[in-house]
Amino acid sequence: MTTPVLPNDADTPQAAPPAPGAVQAVVDHAKDYWANVRSGEVGALPAVAGIIALCVFFGLSKPVFLSVGNLANLFGQGAAVACIAMGLVFVLILGEIDLSAGFASGVCASVMAVILTDWGMPWPLAIGAALATGVVIGLVLGTLVVKLGIPSFVVTLAAFLAFQGIVLMILDEGSNISINDETVKTIAGGNLERWQGWALLAVTAAAYGAIQIQRWRRRIARSLVHEPLAVVLARIGALTALLAAGVFLLNLERSANPQIISLTGVPVVVVILGGLFAVWTFILHRTRFGRHLYAVGGNPEAAVRAGVNVDRVRIAAFVICSGMAAVGGVVAASRAASVDPNTGGSNVLLLSVGAAVIGGASLFGGKGTVRAALLGGAVVAIINNGMGLMGLSAGVRFGVTGAVLLLAAGVDAMSRGRGKLFGRH
Amino acid sequence: MLLELTGISKRFGPVEVLSDVDLAIDAGEVCALVGDNGAGKSTLVKCVAGIHSVDGGEVRVDGEPRTISGPRDAAGLGIEVVYQDLALCDNLDVVENLFLGREKLRGIVLDDDAMEQLAAETLSSLAVRTIRNLRQPVASLSGGQRQTVAIAKAVLWNSRLVILDEPTAALGVAQTRQVLELIRRLADQGLAVLYISHNLNDVFAVADRIAALYLGRMAAVLDAADTTQSQVVELITSGRSGQLGLTDQNGARP
Repeated sequence: MTTPVLPNDADTPQAAPPAPGAVQAVVDHAKDYWANVRSGEVGALPAVAGIIALCVFFGLSKPVFLSVGNLANLFGQGAAVACIAMGLVFVLILGEIDLSAGFASGVCASVMAVILTDWGMPWPLAIGAALATGVVIGLVLGTLVVKLGIPSFVVTLAAFLAFQGIVLMILDEGSNISINDETVKTIAGGNLERWQGWALLAVTAAAYGAIQIQRWRRRIARSLVHEPLAVVLARIGALTALLAAGVFLLNLERSANPQIISLTGVPVVVVILGGLFAVWTFILHRTRFGRHLYAVGGNPEAAVRAGVNVDRVRIAAFVICSGMAAVGGVVAASRAASVDPNTGGSNVLLLSVGAAVIGGASLFGGKGTVRAALLGGAVVAIINNGMGLMGLSAGVRFGVTGAVLLLAAGVDAMSRGRGKLFGRH
Repeated sequence: MLLELTGISKRFGPVEVLSDVDLAIDAGEVCALVGDNGAGKSTLVKCVAGIHSVDGGEVRVDGEPRTISGPRDAAGLGIEVVYQDLALCDNLDVVENLFLGREKLRGIVLDDDAMEQLAAETLSSLAVRTIRNLRQPVASLSGGQRQTVAIAKAVLWNSRLVILDEPTAALGVAQTRQVLELIRRLADQGLAVLYISHNLNDVFAVADRIAALYLGRMAAVLDAADTTQSQVVELITSGRSGQLGLTDQNGARP
């Protein structure tokens, strides 16, 4: 919002809050947040609201949706899309698009399957090769977009077609390769022991709390504007409580027949998603590369003039996107325990783009977080899962998912417009 | 002299955009660069900033001949440019913009707190009081505030010569005054300022000297105190004014 500029406002005090009461500080903080939302900085709000609304809706119409078994199931169903969406965020921040991410994940999964099953090599080699394939794909796409100046839409559309063909060639004209390696199958199918879940929770909460408190103290030490301690503590507490609730639920018995096979614990894929989330969030917000990525997405000209190596940043974004597509491919292959020509195909790409946009990444560039990809991925997974439980046909599911994507893009475009109203350019 | 340009020429293909331009700027003074559209003001600035290479002539900084072959070279010599179209990223906040490309790090981690503190100190040293929240996105600032951020960004780096390309072009009256005051303050703090403007009122309000370009050539460099606006207008439009300005036929078209 535009602060009215006075002709001579040297006598107005600079922002130095004269230590108001704790309650007042919290209220002010809430007001600031609300002002941001109103000016178009909606952040994670639509996605979170969507998740809650969807859970209520599906929970009422199909109570089994809220069962613990289905909760664990959701993670498995959404994991591959969430991985690809996390990578897509980096490209979307630049204002570019990668339409080939879905089939790139298929190519990488095929590479892994061939090395693992056909050649009988150990799993680290197979997964390493899949990730390396993703990186090479990203390098090629990024170089074509950046160095030759072909629009990313066209480059990745061409790659979308070509990768479909490459998958067919790798898989010998479309045969199905099954994956028998137990370690690879654990990625999307395994669960942690109960105590491991709690230990992980403790470590995560402690690390998050330590980082938050340390930051808060450092800002005080430098006498910078800081959040009230109550807000910081509330955030730590809320996250810990949320994670604890999750671990508790996932540690419940969710097997239909506990006597025959016991099914408990936090799915391994949740840990993988959490780890990727932490790493990419750190890179996006706490490193120079992440800062430059946002700068290039916001105003490439300004980034050039500030001495940012724009080409390198843009190529790196494509490498990250395709690399994460490879991770998504490995997860998908692990979940299906096989790879076929449709791995990473059909609606995977659109769901991934939808996930990122629903979560709050902007198709216009400059905006997006890794958290957005996860939240949006959750929305997409819940819609698919819930409608599947309700017995709706694939046709209806495609239609609804498309409508949600359109809605999210509409919110994105509108929040841009709203920002303009408030003096943004 | 802090910056001395002698005989600078620059051509784009067959078009000679600058020919034989001389200009010298000293610390502590505001030198205004005026000229009509296409006179070569922006090209001259881009040559000094290292965005264009010069085809002929010499650039001296502190008397030393220098080749400026990129923005980093210019920055290394203490030359900073504030561009007309505001080289700010709307989606980044004030601090992030100020330090863009030169972020402070702790290991590999951005040291945002140190940057925020330094930004606050810089703004207060420039007596900027219009920007309250350093963590708001630049998109939410007014035109004058944005220009202030752009200028502060140039000053943050122990720069010695700040080049401002039309800094008040899109501003209202009060905001223009703020920016002009800021420009004067830069010079009073010992920086050299090269100030490009179309608005002669602004030029006479702030400049110590006025350099007028005409069709790529330096028509005259005058002390602002001894010059009238109408003289400057004539220099801009015809390259000469009475005894001043270009004398040959090429320069002085009727």
